[in-house]
Amino acid sequence: MCAPVIPLSFAKNTRGLRSQLKDSVPVTGMGPQVGAYGVQDTLRSGFSSVKNELLPSHVLELSEKNFQLNQDKMNFSTLRNIQGLHAPLKLQMEYRAARQIQRLPFLQSSHLALDTLKGNDESISFEDILNDPAQSEMMGEPHIMVEYKLGMM
Amino acid sequence: MALSNVVETPASGFNFENVSRNVALDGLLEGGHAKAPKPMKTGTTIAGVVCKDGVVLGADTRATSGEVVADKMCAKIHYISPNMYCCGAGTAADTEKTTDLLSSNLTIFSMTSGRNPRVVMAVNILQDMLFRYRGQIGASLILGGVDCTGNHLYTVGPYGSIDNVPYLAMGSGDLAALGILEDRFKPNMELEDAKELVRDAIHSGIMSDLGSGNNIDICVITKQGVDYIRPYQESEYKDKRQRRYKYRPGTTSILTEKIVPLELEVVQETVQRMDTA
Repeated sequence: MCAPVIPLSFAKNTRGLRSQLKDSVPVTGMGPQVGAYGVQDTLRSGFSSVKNELLPSHVLELSEKNFQLNQDKMNFSTLRNIQGLHAPLKLQMEYRAARQIQRLPFLQSSHLALDTLKGNDESISFEDILNDPAQSEMMGEPHIMVEYKLGMM
Repeated sequence: MALSNVVETPASGFNFENVSRNVALDGLLEGGHAKAPKPMKTGTTIAGVVCKDGVVLGADTRATSGEVVADKMCAKIHYISPNMYCCGAGTAADTEKTTDLLSSNLTIFSMTSGRNPRVVMAVNILQDMLFRYRGQIGASLILGGVDCTGNHLYTVGPYGSIDNVPYLAMGSGDLAALGILEDRFKPNMELEDAKELVRDAIHSGIMSDLGSGNNIDICVITKQGVDYIRPYQESEYKDKRQRRYKYRPGTTSILTEKIVPLELEVVQETVQRMDTA
């Protein structure tokens, strides 16, 4: 497996933005409210409020949600412009393979291979300090989490 | 207790669940009179000067929380790497955590690559991090260091703007400090002159600004090493607090003394051996 050419954690991609003008930031709904048939799952997430769903309440909420996705998109697009189509294709194939090395959804997986590929093992950011999922106070029902992961819910 | 509405593990990093609740609470508490507590700001004067042999950084030591002095001996010059130090103004927690993260990242980098980090690398990491959070992290930093390319002094604003200049002041007392620096700065100064200049700049910031005060810290970074002088100068306005409020023996005079012996007789004696192995 070849290591990525650009250290992804420290790349500044100002030129990649121009090719991204067509794709906009995907605006996903705030919270896991879609249940069966694409309707609000009232039993699990309570009554819906239009205000809560439409507007993010904090300036950073939307940008932080999609930050990693957008960074990856920009990096791959720059890589494609520099080295050709094969480079992002190869990298994405490796990411897809490494992402499958994990435990069941309700257990803690280390994501070691994925972190090494992405360069996250050589940097520390707020994702490593705050809200560590290993110390989360809420535990999910294992059956429901597996069903959600498999798309059966 | 397993909850059935949690379908995925929560994402790590910042959590925005309580933002709408906080906004709603702000107006509700006591009809809008009581507000949420304010974070501790440093309300500072920090300054830096590039001289012939290295970089001199200076800072005052007062941290304020609203109108109250929260810390009289606050350390505002943070360690980044053996050849780089950083002064921080703005919200105290933000500057500390940001410089801590920066220092950790640079240590990991120098361990994996086997090189000493350059000042530009630290500045770029800071810039990326602060711009990502769009100024919500209130940290204005002065980063100074000596590396293989020379002596550098950079300023990083809370939104991620950087500037590379030979002399610098930031914080609430920066206008006063900049006046002194603009007047007496010369390129390629001697080390002692640079230390005096930074001391005078911070002193004028302390005198003219309410948010700065108490002692002056100086940090001198040269190719040979770092001299972190804390405090370089203590303030003349020290209060004489006692810190011990017990009465010393003999404060009240003894008028009379009467001793009554208590007669005790031994009724029963048992010996229990304690195992101290």
